[in-house]
Amino acid sequence: MMIVTEQLKKVYGKEKIVAVDNVNLSVDKGEIFGLIGPDGAGKSSIFRMLTTLLIPDGGSATVNGFDIVKDYKKIRHCIGYMPGRFSLYQDLTIEENLQFFATVFNTTVSENYHLIKDIYCQIEPFKDRRAGKLSGGMKQKLALCCALIHKPEVLFLDEPTTGVDVVSRKEFWDMLKNLKQMGLTILVSTPYMNEAALCDRIALIQSGKILSVNTPEKLVNNYGETLYTVTGGNMYKLLNLLRSYEGTDSCFAFGNSLHLTLKYQTKKDTVVAYLQEEGFKDAAIQETIPGIEDCFIKLLKTN
Amino acid sequence: MTQLLSFIKKEFKHVFRDKKTLLMLFGLPTIQILLFGFALTNEIKNTRVTVLDYAQDNISKELISKIDNSKYFDIISNVNTEQELESEFRKGNAKIAVVFPAGLEGELKHNKKATVQLIADASDPNSATTISNYFNNIIHEYNGLNISKSPLPMQILAEPKMLYNPELKGAPNFVPGVIALVLMLVCTMMSSVSIVKEKELGTMEILLVSPFNPIFIIISKLMPYMIISIFNLIIILIMSVTLLDLEIKGSIMLLIFASTLFILTSLAIGLLISATAKTQQSAMMISLTGMLLPTMLLTGFMFPIENMPLPLKLLSNIVPSRWFFIIIKNVMLKGLGFSSIWKQLLILLGMCTFLLRVSIKKFKIRLQ
Repeated sequence: MMIVTEQLKKVYGKEKIVAVDNVNLSVDKGEIFGLIGPDGAGKSSIFRMLTTLLIPDGGSATVNGFDIVKDYKKIRHCIGYMPGRFSLYQDLTIEENLQFFATVFNTTVSENYHLIKDIYCQIEPFKDRRAGKLSGGMKQKLALCCALIHKPEVLFLDEPTTGVDVVSRKEFWDMLKNLKQMGLTILVSTPYMNEAALCDRIALIQSGKILSVNTPEKLVNNYGETLYTVTGGNMYKLLNLLRSYEGTDSCFAFGNSLHLTLKYQTKKDTVVAYLQEEGFKDAAIQETIPGIEDCFIKLLKTN
Repeated sequence: MTQLLSFIKKEFKHVFRDKKTLLMLFGLPTIQILLFGFALTNEIKNTRVTVLDYAQDNISKELISKIDNSKYFDIISNVNTEQELESEFRKGNAKIAVVFPAGLEGELKHNKKATVQLIADASDPNSATTISNYFNNIIHEYNGLNISKSPLPMQILAEPKMLYNPELKGAPNFVPGVIALVLMLVCTMMSSVSIVKEKELGTMEILLVSPFNPIFIIISKLMPYMIISIFNLIIILIMSVTLLDLEIKGSIMLLIFASTLFILTSLAIGLLISATAKTQQSAMMISLTGMLLPTMLLTGFMFPIENMPLPLKLLSNIVPSRWFFIIIKNVMLKGLGFSSIWKQLLILLGMCTFLLRVSIKKFKIRLQ
């Protein structure tokens, strides 16, 4: 086990707002583990506790076998951390940033160049450009390089793809796959459900609580209900109509269609007939494979 | 060691790449010196003088030419009656008037004593006093010359002498003050802002997560500003010598040593501020309001501490610049050595170690 948390808890301020509520997690060596949840779910707080930046208000955790409170110095030797916000020196160039972090971590760029080669070669043409003038994708790549340059055993990536375009995001996940091949353990958080499928295992988190921990496949397979997509007509009116319909179990907007689950006895055709009766002539219902987001919404409802 | 060096190098890059910081670091002392040296001086030059000469003899003529030759006075008019004299004051033409009574030379010969009347426009009392002091100096000087010619050897004259600054120049008084003020402000502000900046930008998070010892973070934050401040001090000294004709009488090494101690003290205050301030702006506000006023008021270079009420007098004891001001004055203006300032140095050393210890203790190795 690379990371283990037991009843980890974090409370903020005088109002005692619970940001992390008795979280139990365990991450294996060499696995990409995803923390999936909306903004404010407590992901960053968990990251900051595990990276020894915050002291938990309850419970305990170990990283690479070291306690996050007592052995914080040892942990700081073996982890790489990429905070949610871009946190490099904007007035230093790409090369200067990388070199600085290499020396701070007591190593050199050439010593561990093999680790960052694939990523760094993409931004190397701009190495004399100041970090503040880079695009979002390039900033992320540079930040990843800086977090990797000292050959950490565990990599903590807090929302690394937020604010990055789709192409760069895909590239970024390919890089994580490569790093995993090299034996790194990666804990990554993201608010994007479609990225969850790229992790080995994921934990769904909401309001500081872990809803479920599973592999993405099993999570989807355990959905346990038939999911339909509904299209046709005014989406907003359609949504309201279906929500008030007696046979509906749940209905929510999903891109430009609706996702619908039905109560046990209700048949698909009955719904179509009902919709047409209500004036939605083009309404169509199709069975579909549930995604992570569907699972997440379902879990939210049952909790 | 390489870690520390590369951190310090990085810190210098921050300074030299930020025009605002640069302006602040090197513009502030230059502007202060120029302002205090030329614009805001309390030296009074070229005062307009009106002469009413009833005597019209050798002595009055000699004195008039002496007054006219002094750089402090310009004789702008000669009047013949007291009415005319008054109207010169009314019109604001004259700041000061000299009246030589009739028979001046004769009276001096017979009584060995004569009076010359000096009328000053005291609507601005400070400058009136200063002007009449200058004037007295001229008269005394004239008296002194005459004594040697005089056949009577026993004539006692009280002769005030302005020690260290005989011409009552403004520069000797304010240069030590400006040095103290500039070093204090630059050091506290720069060190607190540069640390809070790392917090604000989030880079502190990464630095803390690194195996880099927090003590090294502090050292590498303070070192560049210490070097820059010593450099700043040298610029101020060079400007004082070349532009303001001030001579450094004591040992320069002792001056730099004492300044380094003072710089460290100020940096430690900055460090302490950075422990509480959350944004660069608040760090700057705290350093400005918290440092500028006490340094200006309680250092002793604008208002003498001896005249202050007891609570302020006591309060001034904890202002580091107060002790530093005495040190520079002693070394720079009086040319005194170590033995005259060891007490002040010891006080500064005590403040410095105390502040450094507290601020290092308060430095957070985690967030919050």
